[in-house]
Amino acid sequence: MQTQSIQSSIADADLFLTLTVAGQTCGVPVLVVRDVLGPQTITRIPLAPPEVAGSLNLRGRIVTAIDLRRRLNLAPRPAEQQPMSIVVEMAGELYSMLADGVGEVVPLRSEDSAPNPPTLDPLWREVSRGVHRRDGQLLIVLDVERVLTIGGGR
Amino acid sequence: MDDLLADFLTETHEGLVALDAALLRLEKQPQDKPTLSEIFRLVHTIKGTCGFLGLGRLEKVAHAAENVLGLYRDGVLAVTPDGVTLILNALDRIKEIVGGLESGGAEPVGDDAELIRRLDAAATGDMAAITAEAPPAPKPAEVAEPVVAEAPAPEHRAAAAPPSAPPPAEPQGEESASGGRAPPQSIRVSVDVLEDLMMLVSELVLTRNQLMQLARARGDGAYTVPLQRLSHITSDLQDGVMKTRMQPIGNAWAKMPRLVRDLSIELGKKINLEMRGADTELDRQVLELIKDPLTHMVRNSADHGLEMPEDRRRANKSETGRIMLNAFHEGGHILIEIADDGKGLSTDRIRAKALSQGLATEAEIAAMSEREVHRFIFRAGFSTAAAVTAVSGRGVGMDVVKTNVERIGGTIDVSSTEGRGTSFTIKIPLTLAIVSALIVEVAGERFAIPQIGVLELVRVGGGADTRVERIKDAPVLRLRDRLLPLVSLGAVLGLEEPKEVPVGGSGGGDSGDMGFVVVTQVGAHVFGIIVDRLFDTEEIVVKPVAPILRHIGMFSGNTILGDGSVIMILDPNGIARVTGVAGDGAEQRSMAGQATSGVRSNDKTALLLFRAGDATPKAVPLGLIARLDDIPVENIEHSGGTPVVQYRGQLMPLLSMTGDYGPPQDERGRQTVLVFSEGERSLGLMVDAILDVVDESLNVQAGQGRPGFLGSAVIAGKVTDVVDTAWWLRQAGGDWFRASPAQTVTRRLLVVEDSAFFRELVVPALAAEGYEVVAVESATHALKLRERGEVFDGIVSDIEMPDIDGYGFAKEVRAGGAWAGLPMIALTGRVEPAAVARGRAAGFTDYVAKFDREALIGSLAECFNVPVAA
Repeated sequence: MQTQSIQSSIADADLFLTLTVAGQTCGVPVLVVRDVLGPQTITRIPLAPPEVAGSLNLRGRIVTAIDLRRRLNLAPRPAEQQPMSIVVEMAGELYSMLADGVGEVVPLRSEDSAPNPPTLDPLWREVSRGVHRRDGQLLIVLDVERVLTIGGGR
Repeated sequence: MDDLLADFLTETHEGLVALDAALLRLEKQPQDKPTLSEIFRLVHTIKGTCGFLGLGRLEKVAHAAENVLGLYRDGVLAVTPDGVTLILNALDRIKEIVGGLESGGAEPVGDDAELIRRLDAAATGDMAAITAEAPPAPKPAEVAEPVVAEAPAPEHRAAAAPPSAPPPAEPQGEESASGGRAPPQSIRVSVDVLEDLMMLVSELVLTRNQLMQLARARGDGAYTVPLQRLSHITSDLQDGVMKTRMQPIGNAWAKMPRLVRDLSIELGKKINLEMRGADTELDRQVLELIKDPLTHMVRNSADHGLEMPEDRRRANKSETGRIMLNAFHEGGHILIEIADDGKGLSTDRIRAKALSQGLATEAEIAAMSEREVHRFIFRAGFSTAAAVTAVSGRGVGMDVVKTNVERIGGTIDVSSTEGRGTSFTIKIPLTLAIVSALIVEVAGERFAIPQIGVLELVRVGGGADTRVERIKDAPVLRLRDRLLPLVSLGAVLGLEEPKEVPVGGSGGGDSGDMGFVVVTQVGAHVFGIIVDRLFDTEEIVVKPVAPILRHIGMFSGNTILGDGSVIMILDPNGIARVTGVAGDGAEQRSMAGQATSGVRSNDKTALLLFRAGDATPKAVPLGLIARLDDIPVENIEHSGGTPVVQYRGQLMPLLSMTGDYGPPQDERGRQTVLVFSEGERSLGLMVDAILDVVDESLNVQAGQGRPGFLGSAVIAGKVTDVVDTAWWLRQAGGDWFRASPAQTVTRRLLVVEDSAFFRELVVPALAAEGYEVVAVESATHALKLRERGEVFDGIVSDIEMPDIDGYGFAKEVRAGGAWAGLPMIALTGRVEPAAVARGRAAGFTDYVAKFDREALIGSLAECFNVPVAA
């Protein structure tokens, strides 16, 4: 995976890791994913933006956890449901996106992609790179960079 | 061996290694210009340095070799293998002499006449003379020290050499033991490598802590001994790596003698600079940060602290003033003293100044000790005032020094006796990477507080002797007859409502409410932080917080504790700033001002800050406001559903920013109103409170299109809504902007203005007058429009703009082209006769103040009636 250049992988069908947030299936490019972790101890950060769930320790590095449910303006996760962490790196910093569940790695062809429907919630439109139809389900490809940009591009 | 020589040797070794490689390259490609230049440069450097150090033998050899190389480089002589051999011989000789220098500390005795003769011969092109001696036999001296030449080479090649890395050790210790063979005992290591090492050790420390905690929890004896060993080794390793980052503070002082000398000549004072403890070592990162403040303070001492010689004589002091720098270690900290025996701080003058600047009331000042009064010099704005500089002593920017010191977790204090001198003490941590921190808990969350600021821990409530009391709503603690302001950490962090902190009754009945107060010092201010629980202290590695959390300001970093959990490190400075316990508004403001002033300092606008509706401060340019009014509520009447007030025989409509008019919150029964006027009409904007007037460069971030606001900007350190005045004025009545009759012909105007804010202001105003307006942000942009053949009827331009300013733009327009005859109106913040004259000379038709819409519109109308002579 690491030796494969990003360029060539884009040329073919891209590989995406699927995840679910409040029943919605989403995908993130597998190349940006560093780790997938089970439930973690997350330290709350007072005064942080609401989307920031806290920070966690990944092998000695501090990872900022972003709750996808809150980021995508969805209902809060039930207390008994433990989130999964999808760890990504952006600008040298590690972030963890908290999802309800992590699925599998699937190839998605760009020709199967449809642009965002204009009626899509503006907040979603901002973080979505497009919609794929897969197994009769709609899958939203998340733009990780946009997801991690909190507070309107601060 | 002195430092200079050690540095020279290190450098020369590196040069020689590079030379060897380059010469071999040259042999393969004799005409390679870059290689030749490189070789010449290297030899030249060696020659230059030894001349400087008085190494005659080396210099002669290098000089002769350089002559030959110079000819090669200039193409006068062809490079031949014999020639290269000769140069290599010369290099060997240089190495030999350098080797002798290393072992003996002086150039070894020897005769280079033969070698120099051959080099000179080569320079004159006498190849026979060279070959006659070739192949050159090793000289006897070389046999004596044959290893010197090559031994150190691999080490040096391995080490990258950034110029900032110092040679950490001197070779004195081993040179006698190892006899003749003494490669330099210092190597240059890239700072990055050291930083990486430091980071790895930090991680190791964390892992060690984690292991220890685990072992303790398990109570497994089998691990105790090896763990202890691991712990020791880790500590030693940590110390070792820390040492590599350590530099003597003398490095930061190196320039002081020169500075003081120059100052003494410049000021006509006799100054003796004394430096003690120059070899006290501290982390280079800290060193870098402390350099400027120190220089600043020494300059201050010389400039303002010490008196002129005659004054000193009169005061029975020796003519020569003394400035002393002293550094020493004290329990994990470095203390630096900057003392002078000058005239000291004038307590009376500082008192008067503090009073006149409104920093404290007379009663407060009267109650202050002399020392507390002296601390006023650290206040922003205080020291910049000329009166203090000129009359009583300390000068510019002590607040900046304080800020810088505090930024690295240090503290600064002053003590002074009038007539005897002043002494500043700076206390800074040894390193910023690993700090000792106190772990506290509040509302079930743990936080780390760096130990440096912690003075003591006090248990409150729960039957303890000390208890929290309240003055109105502010919790305070009486500690040894001192009243300590308290901050509830839970409340500050928004973890809990500002709850009833344990207010002690007479009995110990409220034992459930017990807590702890962490007495903290920030600068000269002491305050207490209320927490629920205390844990032990831990060595923590400060890691910066993620960028999306940096705005919070309460945290100086985060770290991983021994148990593997992430914990936020509290920043006492930040807490003090946010809660205001250590501050006065002035201090905060100046810091915010510094932060933004670098961006566009020339574009400052006086802004009125106020609050209306929600908590977010709002700002409006002061220039737009006619006046501020405080209207008794009973004077507010209603007319057609709109609140109005009678003012000078006119009805002034009042607008509420929150939408609907409610009775004012003010218990005084008065309503604060910002009054905007135009001609006969006035309009009042009702606000909750006036906060401040500040001079700030306005950098408006476009908002989400909220009506009534242009967007937001950071003003005085806070996010502030910038009010769209025009929008609000429109709400007052439809006719506000349609005062003058619409024009019959639509004129097309070009507005050149770099500030988005003023564009927003001017464009709607002109549009409302019936002009068709095109606005651009720079003169360059405008001139592009001209090239494109855009046609306008007139131009309105700002004067102060980056790149091409208004004058330049006007000249350019008048110089020719389609726009040469257009009326041009300058729009500027400064309407002074000189500026007006300059504007007219540059080609402006008229000169109008920004904000003065009437004048602008009038001027435009005039322009179009009276066409300018082209």
